[in-house]
Amino acid sequence: MTVRKVLRGAIGVAGFLLVAEAAGRLGLIDPTILPLTSTVLGRTIGLAADGDFLSEVGATLLACFAGLLIAIVLAVPAGVALGTLPKVERATRPLLEFLRPIPSLALIPLALFVFIPTHNAKIALIVYACTWPLLINTMYGVRDVDPLAKETLRSFGFGSLAVLWRVTMPSTAPFIATGIRLAASVTLIVAVSVELVAGGEGIGAFLTHMSTGAGNMDFVLAGTIWAGAIGLVANFLLTGAERRLFRWHQERVGGTS
Amino acid sequence: MLEINHLRHSYGSHEVLGGIDLKVDEGQLLCIVGPSGCGKSTLLRSIAGLLKPTQGEILINGVPVAGTPDNLAVVFQDYSRSLFPWMSVADNVALPLRRKGMSGARRRTSALEALEQVGLEGAAAKYPWQLSGGMQQRVAIARALAYRPAFMLMDEPFGSVDAQTREDLEDLVLQVRGVHGMTIVLITHDIDESVYVGDRVVVLSKAPSRIVGDLSVGLPYPRDQIATRQLPEFVRLRADVGRLVRGVPG
Repeated sequence: MTVRKVLRGAIGVAGFLLVAEAAGRLGLIDPTILPLTSTVLGRTIGLAADGDFLSEVGATLLACFAGLLIAIVLAVPAGVALGTLPKVERATRPLLEFLRPIPSLALIPLALFVFIPTHNAKIALIVYACTWPLLINTMYGVRDVDPLAKETLRSFGFGSLAVLWRVTMPSTAPFIATGIRLAASVTLIVAVSVELVAGGEGIGAFLTHMSTGAGNMDFVLAGTIWAGAIGLVANFLLTGAERRLFRWHQERVGGTS
Repeated sequence: MLEINHLRHSYGSHEVLGGIDLKVDEGQLLCIVGPSGCGKSTLLRSIAGLLKPTQGEILINGVPVAGTPDNLAVVFQDYSRSLFPWMSVADNVALPLRRKGMSGARRRTSALEALEQVGLEGAAAKYPWQLSGGMQQRVAIARALAYRPAFMLMDEPFGSVDAQTREDLEDLVLQVRGVHGMTIVLITHDIDESVYVGDRVVVLSKAPSRIVGDLSVGLPYPRDQIATRQLPEFVRLRADVGRLVRGVPG
């Protein structure tokens, strides 16, 4: 079943690449504008051994990790607080509802002005963008905690802090994990965008640099493929970790639906 | 052991408990029956210190209940929500023992002992959601037993299991009651169950509920699901409790 699914997907990808290659070779697409598939794939493989490119990738990933980590440290406790204290939630809701729809990319100029050097601005924007999925998921997770589970522990004489630590947090953990996965997918978008606009180091800066030179479109596309591949792998790893760690949650959700 | 004086409780303008006075002796197995919505659970939650009653007082061993009492364990009806799905069965049973300052190893030994008492020694490493409903409720009972409470409260503990499992669990309660000289208060809407399990049955009226009947059950031990239920005394008590629950004058 899954083997068949993978096979079908692979056939789809291979078919697309073949059609693109054929279109280039037959002259339907001008190869000086859009390079041949084979050329791009060759460059993609070549970049994996290119030390300069790898250090750009490292710079982007470092910013992503740092931003995500800071966002987790800030947003998870904030989400727990908002989820457990309805009064605080009501007081902050208008502000949050105003901030949330602002596309983080629209804040690039502001961030570049406030945070110097560019690297810090990039991390600050990643933190901002990651905060939302983390905050919202944590908040809803906390609200979703079964009151009877909390009452059970209280009935054995445990205080509110113990209930928070032993029931609310483990029960919310799967929601936080989902928040982390969603946030991780945003980090790459924000990081590459800031690099495209502001330069500095990173995959985005590499793309900007390459696109200024004529005939470098194969490198630009190869860099883009790597950016996509990194996002794919990150999502795959996080989804797998979620399934493994929170099997009890899946079983439960599966059992009730 | 347990003393309740003039207990009243209202949710807004809706009065659920209309003045309850009750004394339970140590070691007694008291069943509280009443029509649904009569405030049985409110009464239980007040005793457990999970809810602050509007009026009246509750004393356990002469000490007023303020917050949740130390020597008390509750078994809820909804075992699937009351057990923690992220913990193994043994960890679920061992968790409350943290309150007693026991070491990890001792907690584990006590948990395994309690699981053995309910016939689930083989399920220690499983997760609650891997067990049947009846087994999950056994785990919840083991968790209460491991805590060695002086006082066990059971809120319609067998309301969500099938009939056969229900009988097995009733017998389990009868079997474990003597273990630590526990006092047990079991709340149910099942008249037969109250007579079969209890050595005393208290009947509540509709809300605002009061005690309308207090019967002592003189059925011999050990009780048997078939033989006990055939005894004339059982049949008579069941009829008496039934009339009281329905509010029909006896």
